[in-house]
Amino acid sequence: MTKPNLFRWSLGLTATVLPATLILLVAFLCIQAWPAMHFNGLHFLVHNDWNLGSQYGTPVKVNGTTILPGAHYGILFLIAGTVLSSLIALVLAVPIGVAAAVFLSEAVPGGVRDLIALFVELLASVPSVVFGLWGYVVLIPFLSHHVFPVLAGALSFIPFFAPPTYSGYGLMTSGLVLCLMVVPLITANLRESAAAIPAETREAARALGATRFEVLLRVIIPELWRPLVGVTTLALGRALGETMAVLMVSGNALGYLPQNIYSPISTMAAFIVSQLDSALQDPTGMAVASLTEIGLILLVISLLVNGAARMLLPRQA
Amino acid sequence: MYLPESREEAIVGAGRRPSVSYWRRRLVSYAGWIVVGTCFLLLAAALIDILVLVVSHGIGSLDLKLFTQATNGVSGGLLNAIEGTALVTFGSVAIAAPLGIGAGVFLAEYARGWLPRVARYLADVLVGVPSIVLGLFGYITMVVYAGWHFSLSAGCITLAMMIMPYIARSTELAMRSVSPTLRESAYALGASDRSVVMRVMLPACRRAVLTGVLVAMALSMGETAPLIYTVGWSNYVWHGQFTHEPLAYLTYVIWSFINEPFPTAHALAFAAAFLVTIFALLITVSARVMLTRMDR
Repeated sequence: MTKPNLFRWSLGLTATVLPATLILLVAFLCIQAWPAMHFNGLHFLVHNDWNLGSQYGTPVKVNGTTILPGAHYGILFLIAGTVLSSLIALVLAVPIGVAAAVFLSEAVPGGVRDLIALFVELLASVPSVVFGLWGYVVLIPFLSHHVFPVLAGALSFIPFFAPPTYSGYGLMTSGLVLCLMVVPLITANLRESAAAIPAETREAARALGATRFEVLLRVIIPELWRPLVGVTTLALGRALGETMAVLMVSGNALGYLPQNIYSPISTMAAFIVSQLDSALQDPTGMAVASLTEIGLILLVISLLVNGAARMLLPRQA
Repeated sequence: MYLPESREEAIVGAGRRPSVSYWRRRLVSYAGWIVVGTCFLLLAAALIDILVLVVSHGIGSLDLKLFTQATNGVSGGLLNAIEGTALVTFGSVAIAAPLGIGAGVFLAEYARGWLPRVARYLADVLVGVPSIVLGLFGYITMVVYAGWHFSLSAGCITLAMMIMPYIARSTELAMRSVSPTLRESAYALGASDRSVVMRVMLPACRRAVLTGVLVAMALSMGETAPLIYTVGWSNYVWHGQFTHEPLAYLTYVIWSFINEPFPTAHALAFAAAFLVTIFALLITVSARVMLTRMDR
C-alpha cells in the first residue's frame, strides 16, 4: 500500500460533502423552524387549522413568541393527505409493478426485453411537472366524467367510495399519478432481481410439470419477496415527497380532512410550494417558520423511510 | 430414459387422459398471462398517452419565435426560459459532477472503516430527500441569509445538492464493477494513487460514470420544485449576474402557464413541456444505449 497522499485526501474531502449536506440541511431547517416548534408544540400534528392570523392586526406575544393575532397552525390534514395518497399509489403500484416486471422477465424474449422494458422504465424520466400537466389536461376530465361517477355508483356501499365525486382533483387522482411515477422504480428493480434467478430454478419447476405461469406464480414471485419489500419502501419515500405533480392534481385542500377517495387533498410537499408566497406576508415570520417545520418533518420522514429501504435492499438498485 | 414429447404429456403424464384439474390449470395459466400482460400494457399506454399529449400539442406550438423572443407576460417566446434551463442544468452539473465523481471514487477505492460506510449510506439516503426540502433549504440559506435573492447561483447549488449524491452513488457502483485485478496490476507496476484512478480505473468505467452524470443532468433539467423559491421567474434573458437576478426556466412555464386562461399561455406551456420531455427522454435513452454498448 502507498501512503496516504494529497490525491487521496482531496478525494476524501469531496466525500465529506455528503455528510455535510445532511448536517446543513437538518441544522438550517431546525434553526428556521425553531420558533414554530416552540409555538406550535404537538398541537401542530393533531389539529386541522392553517390560519396565518389577521394580516392587519398588531402582532401579539403568546408564551414569549410574537405572532399575528389569531394565528393557528395544525397540519393533520396534510399528514392525512400525504399518507393516504402515497398508500393509494402503493396499493396500485405494487401489484401492477410486480406484474409488469414478471411479464417482462418471463414472457418477453431476451433479445427485445430491454427495448420493450423502456415502455415502463422511461416513465421514470418524465419530469414530475409533465405528469402534472398530463393529469391536469387528460386524467382529471377523464376521471371526473367517466370513471368516478361509475366507480361511486358501483361501490357506493363501501365507505369512502360513495359519492360525491367532486371535481376530479383529489386523493384518487393524486394516488393514480403517484402510482405511475413510482411504478418504474418497482418494475426496474424486480426485473433485475428476476433476471438474477438461475434458469435451473425455472427448469426444475417445469420438469415437475408446472405450467409456465405456475412457475411464475409459485417460484419466481416468492423469490422476489425480499427485494419487493425494499423497493416498496423506496417507492413510498418517493411518493411521500413528490411535489409538482401532486400540486397540480390534488385540489390543494386547506384545513379539512378528505371525506372520501375523490375528495380534494394537499400533501406536505405540495403545501410548501403553494403556501410559501402567502406565508412571506406574515411580518412575524411564524408562517414561514411553520412551513419550514413541515419541511423538517418531511425531511425526517424521508430519511427514515429511505434509510429503512436501503437496509432492506441489496446495494445495486 | 423417457423424454416427454409435448407439454401436455409433460404435465399429464404419458398415456393418461387430461383431467379436469389439468384443464383448470391451463385456463388459470392463460388468464394469468393475460392479467400480467394487461398490467404491462396499462403502463405502456400511460407513457404513450403522455408522449402523445406532449408531442401533439407541443409540435403545433413550435415556431421560430419560441427560440428568438423572450416571454412577454403570457405570450411571446421561450428564449429566456430555454436559456435559463440550460444555465441552471449545466451549472448544477458543473458543480455536482466533480464533487460527486470524486466522492464516488473515494468511496469505491479508499473507504475502509465506519466513517466511509456512513458516508456511503448517506449518499444512498440523500438520493431520496424530497427536492422541495432542498428548495426550502436553498431559499432559507442562500436567498435569505446570504442575501443572494432569487438567482442562478442559488438554483445551481440547490440542484447540485440534489444530484451530487446520485452521481457519487453511480460512480461508486461503476468503479466497483471494474475488476480488482486491473487495480492490483496498476499498483504492481508502481503507479501512484493518482495514476491508478485517472489512467486505469476511471477510463475502464468511463461510460458508466458518464451515464450517471447524464441521468443526473436529465433529473436536474426536469426539476421544478427546488427552483421555484431559489431561481424565481423573469421575463428577460440573463444579464450575466450570478446573484440578485431571477431567471426564467422551462418547467416553471409548464406549471404556471397551463393555469392561465389564455390560449397563448397554453401554447407556451405545451411547447415547454415538449422541449423538456424530449430532451429528458433523449438524454436517458442515449445514456442507456451507451451503457448497453459497454456490456457487449
